[in-house]
Amino acid sequence: MMKNNVTSIIFYGIGGQGVLTAAEICALAAMYDGFAVKKSEVHGMAQRGGSVESHVRFGDIVYSPITPYAQADYLICCHNAEYGRFKGYLKKTGTDLFEFLNKGLLIVPKKIFINIYLIGVLSVYTEISEQSWIRAIKQTIKSQFVEDNIKWFYEGRKGIV
Amino acid sequence: MQNKKKFKDIILSGNEALARGAYEAGVNVAAGYPGTPSSEILEYIKRFDEVDAQWSVNEKVAFEVAYGASIGGARSLYVSKHVGINVAMDPLMVSAYTGISAGFVIVTCDDPGVHSSQNEQDNRRIASFAKMPLIEPSSPFEAKELIKKAFDISEKYQTPVLFRMTTRICHSKENIILSKRIEKQKPPFDIPMKQYVMVPANSYPRHLYLEKRILRIKTFSEKTKLNFIENGKGITGFITSGVSYLYIKENYPDAPILKLGMSYPFPEKLALKFAKQVKNIIVVEELEPFIEEQMKMLAIKHKAKDPSYRVGELKSEFIPKIIQGQKKKEKKRTGKKPLFCAGCPHRPVFYVLKQLKVTVAGDIGCYALAAMPPLSSLHTCLCMGAGISAFEGIRRGRKEQPLVGVLGDSTFVHSGITGLINAAYNKQTGVIIILDNSTTAMTGCQPNPSTGITLKGEKTKKLSLEKIAEVSGADEVIVVDPFKIKELKKHITESLSNKKLTVIITRSPCKFIDKTTKGHVDYNIDKCKKCQVCLQIDCPAISKTAEGFIDIDSELCSGCGLCVEVCSFKALTKK
Repeated sequence: MMKNNVTSIIFYGIGGQGVLTAAEICALAAMYDGFAVKKSEVHGMAQRGGSVESHVRFGDIVYSPITPYAQADYLICCHNAEYGRFKGYLKKTGTDLFEFLNKGLLIVPKKIFINIYLIGVLSVYTEISEQSWIRAIKQTIKSQFVEDNIKWFYEGRKGIV
Repeated sequence: MQNKKKFKDIILSGNEALARGAYEAGVNVAAGYPGTPSSEILEYIKRFDEVDAQWSVNEKVAFEVAYGASIGGARSLYVSKHVGINVAMDPLMVSAYTGISAGFVIVTCDDPGVHSSQNEQDNRRIASFAKMPLIEPSSPFEAKELIKKAFDISEKYQTPVLFRMTTRICHSKENIILSKRIEKQKPPFDIPMKQYVMVPANSYPRHLYLEKRILRIKTFSEKTKLNFIENGKGITGFITSGVSYLYIKENYPDAPILKLGMSYPFPEKLALKFAKQVKNIIVVEELEPFIEEQMKMLAIKHKAKDPSYRVGELKSEFIPKIIQGQKKKEKKRTGKKPLFCAGCPHRPVFYVLKQLKVTVAGDIGCYALAAMPPLSSLHTCLCMGAGISAFEGIRRGRKEQPLVGVLGDSTFVHSGITGLINAAYNKQTGVIIILDNSTTAMTGCQPNPSTGITLKGEKTKKLSLEKIAEVSGADEVIVVDPFKIKELKKHITESLSNKKLTVIITRSPCKFIDKTTKGHVDYNIDKCKKCQVCLQIDCPAISKTAEGFIDIDSELCSGCGLCVEVCSFKALTKK
């Protein structure tokens, strides 16, 4: 079986936390770097404070819009109560970035910044360029909040050193 | 299919890509009614000045408007979710007979896995039922390209075309290449009566025509590039359509595949040709055995999924199990259930209804969440409008039961008005509550006639819910702020005991529309008796601590004050 070079990331948490926004930033950043990208998300009733998830996959050729079981390279959990939902989706060689959720929650001034903090953490692991991440943040976030978001993005990047 | 260098410009969801494709195909008129997973199609198309796009009152109206535009000579698009097609079935079935004047495409967005729907019907069956061609894209990229083909096929064969999306395609995004719009020249204005007046003398010959036409389209189905064989390697080949194609590619990128972009009329000869090329054939499709039944009719030896896989969405990891003939193992849905937002105006209404211990006939909308514990105060949710007409029926079936019918503002306009007229006409009494949050909330806050705003964001005539309720035959119409729960309770109690047909309009905007906070709530732990009544309102801003006290999330709290109202010990106060 031919395996192509795809990176798969699952973002998950609770509706209203900015899980979909985080995934959107990731998908855009990957696109700016010239990757083929697929992103899948949930809408409708699930968004009313229930569990939400969004998958981002990028590489040379991406087929399935959702990450197959045990094929995720990274898991980004945005809410403690949700932890464990996607355990089986992580590759043997994959990385669960869960430890950074509580690290981040200790330092972000408001919980709404946790998504961007975790994006900052993720940015160190993926091959997406820093400039594409910043461009994607500017594209996705409302202009008056961009500065704060970029600040917490860099805090996330620092967080893992 | 995908070339890395070309993809620098944009990523779009399947819905956005479809809308863009329709725009590029020169579509002039688009109509629909919001519903997950279809809503973003019209929300994207509204940006184009060249497209006359509208949210219609309901799907039947949307269908007739869009189809009428085709009769008038304009390329037109109908859009709804799968169950919306049920509402539009009356004109849909006849439109197959009458045909078109300019390209007309019917988009159905099905919801395998019931992510946000009342059922998971497979609308591919509508194509064979109505005898119109069916196009099924596999991805957003294909949605954009195939919608253009759908318009061409519609015009070539003078037929409406059914275009079937699924949630996974609607709501996944991928790289898209944009093209320019090609304006279509309108045909000369001509409405041949023998074609468009469906009285028996005309509909019989049109049925004859329909049968001949579907045979001609079948010939097309055999040779169109929408259906193709990927030769691949190995002795096992797959027949598939829709998103399932991608799941096969994910698992077996080099396998032989017969990929159906146009799965009805079924390309028999192509399937027979494919059967000669491979030793084993496996049919992989979501939900109904649509392709499988065609294979059975042709007596082509094949394997298909175990019937247990007819329920729910397929996943990439299911494919090897399907090949092995395994049964699906049902897993419990994990994760947190959705609930009313902090400050949602529906919450106080259902809190009161629960206190009054009445049975509630519900409807389609966010408020169906009231069926879940701890609120547990909505007892039916069937379809749009049933909050009134099923209410009437239950009253007739069980007269002594205290009963309330409940539905939203958009739902009331969609198909509640007819139910109200029916109840009044047939001398029914009782209480109907219109939860007027001034939007179509669950599907993403679309405007509707009672908001006075159009899809394009323009001001328009605003429908008065009070007036229409009154002229429909309500004996009494009461408008109340749902956060004034004592007043609300009084009105419901009084109306339940009198012999009138009462419409209570609870009016307060959705939190997605009015995001302003009305102060914050202070919690005095010394006064708290741990009675947990405040937890019964199921507010996401209130959580229970390990010691049995509560914690209020000040970032989430909107200051609606419902918890303050329900606390008997003054432990909660508004500041």
